[in-house]
Amino acid sequence: MAQVSLNNVRKVYPNGFEAVKPASFRIEDGEFVVLVGPSGCGKSTMLRMIAGLEDISDGALTIGDRVVNDVDPADRDIAMVFQNYALYPHMTVAKNIGYGLKNRKIPAADIAAKVQEAATMLNLTDYLDRKPSQLSGGQRQRVAMGRAIVRDPSLFLFDEPLSNLDAKLRNQMRIEIKALQRRLGVTSVYVTHDQVEAMTMADRIIVMNAGRIEQIGTPAEVYHSPASTFVASFMGAPPMNLLTGRAEAGRVRVGNVMLHQHHEDRDLTVGIRPEDIIPDSHGHLEVEVTLIEELGAHRLLHGQMQGHPLTIHVGKDHPVETGHIRAAIKPNAVSLFDPASGVRL
Amino acid sequence: MSVSKRFRWSAVLDHSILIIGSLIMILPVVMLLQMASTTDIHTMKNGPGLIFGDQLPVNFEKAMFKADGFTGANTGVRMLYNSMILGFGFAIGKIVIGMMAAYAIVYFRLRFATLAFWVIFTTLLLPLEVRILPSYEIVQRLGMLNTYQGLIIPLIASATATFFFRQFFRSIPEELVEAARIDGAGPIKFFVDILVPLSRTMIAAMFIIMFVYGWNQYLWPTMITTEEGMFTLVRGIKQITQTLEGTNLPEYGRSNLLAIIAILPPVLIVIFFQSWFVKGLTESDK
Ligand SMILES: Nc1ncnc2c1ncn2[C@@H]1O[C@H](COP(=O)(O)OP(=O)(O)O)[C@@H](O)[C@H]1O
Ligand SMILES: [Mg+2]
Repeated sequence: MAQVSLNNVRKVYPNGFEAVKPASFRIEDGEFVVLVGPSGCGKSTMLRMIAGLEDISDGALTIGDRVVNDVDPADRDIAMVFQNYALYPHMTVAKNIGYGLKNRKIPAADIAAKVQEAATMLNLTDYLDRKPSQLSGGQRQRVAMGRAIVRDPSLFLFDEPLSNLDAKLRNQMRIEIKALQRRLGVTSVYVTHDQVEAMTMADRIIVMNAGRIEQIGTPAEVYHSPASTFVASFMGAPPMNLLTGRAEAGRVRVGNVMLHQHHEDRDLTVGIRPEDIIPDSHGHLEVEVTLIEELGAHRLLHGQMQGHPLTIHVGKDHPVETGHIRAAIKPNAVSLFDPASGVRL
Repeated sequence: MSVSKRFRWSAVLDHSILIIGSLIMILPVVMLLQMASTTDIHTMKNGPGLIFGDQLPVNFEKAMFKADGFTGANTGVRMLYNSMILGFGFAIGKIVIGMMAAYAIVYFRLRFATLAFWVIFTTLLLPLEVRILPSYEIVQRLGMLNTYQGLIIPLIASATATFFFRQFFRSIPEELVEAARIDGAGPIKFFVDILVPLSRTMIAAMFIIMFVYGWNQYLWPTMITTEEGMFTLVRGIKQITQTLEGTNLPEYGRSNLLAIIAILPPVLIVIFFQSWFVKGLTESDK
């Protein structure tokens, strides 16, 4: 088991592109941290630096109590699961799982025992003699997990391990991975571009954008108190409503609707989660609903308020009617951002 | 009449072309067989024909065990053995060297890897025939005339094999390399445990091409081997047809049978590796 800490870790690719801007954070022992962000924001680069597959341009990376900047991947006591599984196509499942142990010169009998144990944990015992090409996507992903588990590492690294699976299997594997990590208690860093995965799996989320860390926090913190408009719109589906407003004489207004209080006179971006707006015939928001999305368990109303697009999350009993409605905002549900920098105020 | 059974002139044409083509391919082999089955006198008088004789065993005996010249070393068996060494040495050598060169170029951060690759590639423009004099001189100075090393080594570097293995290695996903690194496989382990088994089908394909190429070498063995014990089949057959002089009867039966024997190993190699090919293509995926 191990903590991981990054101290101003930075990555500049040989072509001069700064894929990761100086980043500092600390991952506690046994913690499950999810790195999330849009494609190309540098998540994989960050993970690969931790794995040792990519050189660290600047800064210090510590795993356990060792600075490992110059340590080989094989000696970092880590295991990694890749998006496309990266199984050795010519080896059986058992050989795939045991290959790392074999390279560590562990006796064959011990390898067999450990492979058996991992296979049992992952429901793979019937497939040990198959080649990866004879397995389904989910089974392949389990083999990749098995390869990680048998090494008994102090750190698991996952790079979008579920992206190649269909939605149903993805949900199931998500739970399995999370349960497995809980059971083994191994510190884990999990990269994904899927905010649902991030929210459901993480102890803490690190949101990245264009090589920069936007926010580090628990899923609830990230969701309810986004540190920037980027986080506000990236996390959550549908995303947070972002409206242009202005604070004057202590009141924040969007158009002529008063939404909140703020002491300083200035322009603002006002963020409200769709589920924090409730239809209410006495509410002071007037919304023109133009489209309704039926999602079974609930509905989404898309419309306009004071010329701003607005999405409202309502229960399944809300009438399926477009047109004029009134709504209110739940208390303490408004986030305020600086319109220029996008930073939370 | 159903559509599928309709008579189509285009099908007739297609098949005619195929049949004529295969006849053209097979006819020389039939001629060889025919001449190998009759006496030399018969062939001398009548030329190749359609009548097969009963001389096959006699001619086979001569082809395999009769030797010409002074030393008596160039029997068919000996030449077959030499050709085998050349074919296998050539193919295995080219594959080993080509794979290792491609491995270095693709997987290691060499300073001038791309340049090196293109230099190797341009040697395609310099086949043996172009550089035969300097090559000969080098082999001669190294004292490798009339040796297997002299036959094989100067031809062993292969731009073709290097090129194909390079293309193949580049198609192997990066993650596989990285997974292996994390699994603690060093450069040699990765090569032996992962790259070589993954390259099976490529190796088989290269083996076919290179074996046949080596087996069919004529010019180089002719220059390098002067001792009869070192003759290869392809060179030796020429020698036999050349020893016809004066009133001697040309040994049609013997030389034609040797020619058939010379065709067989490449055919067998192709057949053997073809089944491997199909297996490799259907069973494994990258
Ligand atoms: N080897 C490389 N050389 C130069 N730029 C790279 C290299 N690898 C990735 N990048 C760039 O770095 C950025 C981050 O890449 P990556 O970490 O793979 O993003 P993510 O995993 O978040 O999608 C991308 O813009 C990508 O184009
Ligand atoms: Mg990525």
